[in-house]
Amino acid sequence: MAASHSRVLREVAALSPLEVQFESRNGAPREGSFWSCPTCEAQTDRAEWRRALSVCPHCGYHARVGARERVAQVVDHGSFTEEWGRLRPLDPLKFVDLEAYPTRVRGAQAATGLSEAIVVGTARIEGVDCVLAAMDFGFMGGSMGSVVGERFYRAVERAVADHTPLVAICTSGGARMQEGVLSLMQMAKTTFAVDLLNEARVPYVAVLADPCTGGVVASFATLADICVAEPGARLYFSGPRVIRETTREELPEGFASAERNLELGHLDAVLPRAELRTRLACYMRLLKGGVRNDGTDTAAPGQWAGGDLGRRVAGETRRASERARRGIGGARRLAEEATRRAKELVAPPGRESE
Amino acid sequence: MRHEARRHDAWVTVGICRHKDRPRTRDYIEHLIGGFEELRGDRLRADDAAVVGGLGWFESRAVVVVGHQKGRDLNEQTQVNFGMARPEGYRKAQRLFALAERHRLPVLTFVDTPGAYPGVAAEEGGQARAIAETMLSMARLTVPVVATIIGEGGSGGALALAVADRVLMQENSTYSVITPEGCAAILWHDAKFAPQAAEALHPTASRLLELEVIEDVIPEPRGGAHHNPSAAAARVRVAISDALTELDAIPPLERRRLRRERFRRLGSWIEGAGPYAMSAVPLGPPST
Repeated sequence: MAASHSRVLREVAALSPLEVQFESRNGAPREGSFWSCPTCEAQTDRAEWRRALSVCPHCGYHARVGARERVAQVVDHGSFTEEWGRLRPLDPLKFVDLEAYPTRVRGAQAATGLSEAIVVGTARIEGVDCVLAAMDFGFMGGSMGSVVGERFYRAVERAVADHTPLVAICTSGGARMQEGVLSLMQMAKTTFAVDLLNEARVPYVAVLADPCTGGVVASFATLADICVAEPGARLYFSGPRVIRETTREELPEGFASAERNLELGHLDAVLPRAELRTRLACYMRLLKGGVRNDGTDTAAPGQWAGGDLGRRVAGETRRASERARRGIGGARRLAEEATRRAKELVAPPGRESE
Repeated sequence: MRHEARRHDAWVTVGICRHKDRPRTRDYIEHLIGGFEELRGDRLRADDAAVVGGLGWFESRAVVVVGHQKGRDLNEQTQVNFGMARPEGYRKAQRLFALAERHRLPVLTFVDTPGAYPGVAAEEGGQARAIAETMLSMARLTVPVVATIIGEGGSGGALALAVADRVLMQENSTYSVITPEGCAAILWHDAKFAPQAAEALHPTASRLLELEVIEDVIPEPRGGAHHNPSAAAARVRVAISDALTELDAIPPLERRRLRRERFRRLGSWIEGAGPYAMSAVPLGPPST
């Protein structure tokens, strides 16, 4: 374990241009050489706590982690390449509340060292190539604005183009109010992105970390093929405050916790952070497992390809055999065409055979 | 007609869109849909009265209609939960969308909700995923889909029925990521700042047309749709009819692709220059 822990630290150091900041539950960076757990109040040496992936070694409390640290925790050392980091937000509504939106963004950038609330790129997890998206709750509450939507969409397009699985680690307070209805539209946009993944049969695994709420949990986060959460993560569409104020209902014990969501059938598993890497790799291998290692496909032609194209090829094959049966000309040409396209679909040009 | 919303400030529009006499989805169904047959239930566990749906004739063609129903009097309001749908309501919508796709019927939706119902049972019944799946099922339709925002377009609960080829908005309706009160409570730490939040959120039809979030603003009678519901409905009929005529000319799969492109374009971002993180951030006006 020690070796992999120091790997994590090296990874953090390599990624971050700033001193990495670790956040407490309320989002404020904590200083000092000890970390005190907000639930069991045990004091842990900060370095030891970091080595334990920011999980309390005494009670197992999972503290929030930023996007960079998260990436470092799950990917194979040195395998992460950030993409689309140059996408930046604009201020379409000239939104001013107690502070102007640009001021809030700059503040969040200074606090996190990130340009936006999501970091996306290509990575390898225990040897499995994937596209990884990690959100950061420290950046304006992980809120989904236009840049989060666009980076996620581009991550999906890359996953589809490369036929590599997508892993999204989601933590968010919901849509970003400062971008008004444009932030609401990101819910629909990311949903269309998931549709692209599904159509191309590209595996998609989502990890819901504390807290995952509002517009994110009601769009791409819960639409994954496999949906897991971290222990103690709170997952809800409407928050406790809104529920109490609107309905005056008493909230039951453990309301909206990952464990409760697992019981209710909304999640596939609740995974301790230390297991995340292994399980993610395992899920991805299984979802890709329909293709044999020798490169031949066990399923029908077009299994990997977009449904529409796959269906067209299947239709051409059917028409060709029909024409051959009835002795109509052109069957051979149709069959050849279908075979050629089926081959392309199973092993698209330029795709490495496994 | 004039676009009154442009003259009003946003907070006045918020008041009109929530007016107790404003025509509701059932009123528009009565005016626009002939031979309406209501279809009920989500086929899983319940029928949510906050979402009304069914089959009927729009002009000379059969359509599937789905909409949020806000009540008029207190009795109906309680029954339909003030137009706030539960997961059962969204699953009923999904079921009706599937029906429309199977039988090649265009889908007309009417949006009028403060938001999805925020309750413990709704949360535990999978509200988040119900909304997400409803959007996904709309995204996958190949039949024409026209959404009309007739009152309050509140947050994800509204968007779940508005993932459409054409989104139309009556001039005194609103469409927003959060209610002004909710936004004020979070960003101003006091719900009393709702009028300021309403201005900041730009939830009005004329502004959303500029942002390309909607395709058309449907004019209303002077003072708002409640002053002359049948005149308001006649305007809605023309707008929906025009939208359907446009959509009929597009092949089904292309329609779906264009719907995806429509939503993919929405947002406001820039490909920045300079090093990764801490550079000056182009948060000013777009350079284009």
